[in-house]
Amino acid sequence: MTTVYDDVGDQAAGDVPMRRIAFTINGARKIAEVEPRLLLAHLIRRGVGLTGTHMGCDTTNCGACTVLVDGKPIKSCTMLAVQADGHEITTVEGLASASELHPLQEGFRAEHGLQCGFCTPGMMLAAKALLDVNPDPTEEDVRWALSGNLCRCTGYQNIVKSVLWAAAKLRSQSAG
Amino acid sequence: MTALDEIKIGGLGASRKRVEDSRFIRGRGNYTDDIVLPGMLHMEILRSPLAHARIVSIDTSKAWQIPGVHLVLTGEMMATRNLAWMPTLSYDTQAVLATDKVRFQGQEVACVIADDPYIAKDACEAIEVEYEPLPVIVNPEQALAEAAPIIRDDKTGTTSNVIFNWEVGDAAGTESAFARADKISRLRLHYPRSHPSPIECCGSIADFNRATSKLTVYMTTQAPHIIRAAVALVAELPEHMIRIVSPDIGGGFGNKVPVYPGYVCSILASILLERPVKWIEDKTGNLISTGFARDIYLDGELALREDGKILAVRMHVDSDHGAFFSDAQPSKFKIGLLHSTFACYDVPVGHITARGTYTNKAPGGVAYRCSFRVTEAMFFQERMIHQAAIDLGMDAAEFRRINLVPDDAFPYRTPFGFLTDSGQYGKCLDVGLKAIGYEDFRKQQAQAKANGRLLGLGISTMTEPLGAGNSREYDILGIKMFDSAELKIHMTGKALLRTGSKSQGQGHETTWAQIVAHELGIPAEDVVVEEGDTDTAPFGMGTYASRSTPVAGAAVAMVSRKIRAKARKLAAHLLEVSEEDLEWELGRFYVRGAADRGVTITECALAAYTNMPDGMEPGLENTAYYDPPNLTWPFAVYIVTVEVDPATGVWDVLNMVAVDDCGVRINPMIVEGQIMGGLTEAYAMANMQFITFDAEGNCVGANYMDYLLPTAWETPGYELHSEVVTPSPHHPIGAKGIGECAAVGGPAAFVNAVMDAITDTGVRNIDMPLLPDRVWEAITKRRDVSGAPPVRTD
Repeated sequence: MTTVYDDVGDQAAGDVPMRRIAFTINGARKIAEVEPRLLLAHLIRRGVGLTGTHMGCDTTNCGACTVLVDGKPIKSCTMLAVQADGHEITTVEGLASASELHPLQEGFRAEHGLQCGFCTPGMMLAAKALLDVNPDPTEEDVRWALSGNLCRCTGYQNIVKSVLWAAAKLRSQSAG
Repeated sequence: MTALDEIKIGGLGASRKRVEDSRFIRGRGNYTDDIVLPGMLHMEILRSPLAHARIVSIDTSKAWQIPGVHLVLTGEMMATRNLAWMPTLSYDTQAVLATDKVRFQGQEVACVIADDPYIAKDACEAIEVEYEPLPVIVNPEQALAEAAPIIRDDKTGTTSNVIFNWEVGDAAGTESAFARADKISRLRLHYPRSHPSPIECCGSIADFNRATSKLTVYMTTQAPHIIRAAVALVAELPEHMIRIVSPDIGGGFGNKVPVYPGYVCSILASILLERPVKWIEDKTGNLISTGFARDIYLDGELALREDGKILAVRMHVDSDHGAFFSDAQPSKFKIGLLHSTFACYDVPVGHITARGTYTNKAPGGVAYRCSFRVTEAMFFQERMIHQAAIDLGMDAAEFRRINLVPDDAFPYRTPFGFLTDSGQYGKCLDVGLKAIGYEDFRKQQAQAKANGRLLGLGISTMTEPLGAGNSREYDILGIKMFDSAELKIHMTGKALLRTGSKSQGQGHETTWAQIVAHELGIPAEDVVVEEGDTDTAPFGMGTYASRSTPVAGAAVAMVSRKIRAKARKLAAHLLEVSEEDLEWELGRFYVRGAADRGVTITECALAAYTNMPDGMEPGLENTAYYDPPNLTWPFAVYIVTVEVDPATGVWDVLNMVAVDDCGVRINPMIVEGQIMGGLTEAYAMANMQFITFDAEGNCVGANYMDYLLPTAWETPGYELHSEVVTPSPHHPIGAKGIGECAAVGGPAAFVNAVMDAITDTGVRNIDMPLLPDRVWEAITKRRDVSGAPPVRTD
């Protein structure tokens, strides 16, 4: 992320400390010069330009900014970009392949698991982290796994159904 | 040629999958914060830490020194451009940036525009403000006290903190009915302050182009055309040089109707700097300064006859609006549609007095997932009904049945002047009672009680007025509350539809196309829907108060019919018969008596551009402005069963049944989604979600660690019923509003269930939310529990 400052003479901006980091995002390797205080969510949104990761609450409560870091769900509003150095990040933009949607994306559409869509990327990534370790979850498992993600539109019932839909599809794919 | 299958083409009644999902599931939505413009700067706001204080001085010199800072705005600078104050949507004024004093914690004091939001935040922290604290008022009682400090001393001649006194009904008739009553049931309660809190906060990107003199503002607004008018008035810019674009919105719920200072500051900054300026609020800013809801105190009384008949209703309410009266209400109704209360009951007479007061809290009173204060109206009603049944020693369901408006009484004039359009209230109640297993549950409840367990069942039944106007009665700032749709049929029969409403998750792109499919037989997938850009969308009042389907949806049907009328002329020309000889079936005109001689709507569309009759204006486009004759009146029955733990006061939902009669359902899947979302907000209100203030006016609930919203873990499951369908007699396709019913009617069902479980204590009321400590206090101390903010006693 590059910031261009106005030239203000003696009070030079040159001493803003920068760190170089290398990371992988949705399979693509990237290098960035970042201020140490830059949040990972801002690196993803403003630096890489992937705006599917949303900022909801700034306090790690709502989960709209959930991404996977080395496969684990992380709230990217409370992780520093420098902490992502050397790690692998997956965002909502990395869920679908070139030709088809991820079953979670299909499931959310099929079961009306979203309304305004703002929480949806975080929900799907939290759900992916669950299904990666538990391919056959109960409704209770899903509710617990998503309890760090807030939705104000749906009342969750259809989100839970969406995840169970995706789990069933993934199981049938791996069985086939 | 066989007629089209309406469900297959995505017409009325099809649970069509949503069009908008395709972008949202890919992370390709386009929310305000996703928009990046060349040369864009970033704005951050400095807010007041105190609830009431005189501003002694503001020193911005250190902020200006920070590299990357382009502009620091204060109230003093705004005042030189006559922008320190702005008019509100309720004929009051609101400070944009404070000049004389701050009047609530979180009020906007200054803002910084910089290259980067981090720099802007740094610079805000470098601004030094000296405050002289003033006494703080946190509730109406304090505001009305004799020696109370005057909060709005900015308005010359202001001698009290009263905003308005408003009255409706028949005071004398009500008085005489109370004199005749066998019993009078009284209830006092407080509906706590709450925040709609969509996950996406508010924000704007103002882009003033000096070369064209045009101002474009991308912003989180539910009502872009109202904003355009407001900007024209506030910024004194010509309206045709203002373009408001409302992109995808991450939830609104009423929070994104008002005009906020941040919008105005970003606009002025862009004009001054001639560069795009982005302002994205953080969550604390959103929670402490933008559109609060509720915060209203009830003194309610019902005059009752021994046999259970309600003779009269009387209410006095005190409403806490915070420091500025800035919620949008229809101008004739200062306390919104509170007087729709008791509309589903056959009550002969009633009287309501309402008083609005200023306090040192953020502006309040927005319609949070409801039609203008209707949530409060129905909560008061259903809590009073619950208590009246207890006071009469009657069964709660039976008491309702005796008083519900009967099916043959429609249209029914309520004691406060509304005309309810239709309904089958008794049938809905029957469906709900059967679904919850009413008789069985009462037996279980008695058995459980014998074992020391507390089970409870709560009912809430209500109709609510959805879809303002008609324009005779409903306006905001004098602008009549109609809505609009514009339909363009291309020569290949594909279509572009635009409306004056603005979806925030309701799925208009999906459902509006279904109405076109129903009216014209054009498959829904061939209709693209656009909203939210004032340069292209026809003028409309936006989406809130469940008005989209009743008003804009009706406009979609009406514009489709205009198109069909022209298509009929084209069909007559193509078939060489007179219009009178044509019959219509979905998607096709044919010659009466010769069904195989026909033309499709697609063929008519082609003819409109290639083969129109002599003298006919080419093209197949039209616009409809729809002014509804009445509001639509859906009916709902919500029934909840709970178990309360007497040792801790914790309560769990056992079952919840929702019976919604919202007339014709355009897309049942989306309707059910709306109901489940509303039920969850109802559960939240009853269980955990409120924002209170301490005696110093500090907002307790300024982030999601303190402001509790339910997650998937605690949210109960719901059983939805759609068996009863009473079409609206005046809506073109028989639909009624639905988006907010569950949030409006739901809270009382939960509260009534808990109160039912602890009836034996004799406690009449626990204020929401029914936190475990409040329930435990009621059970153990056997006294009502108030949730009103605490007051300084020293």
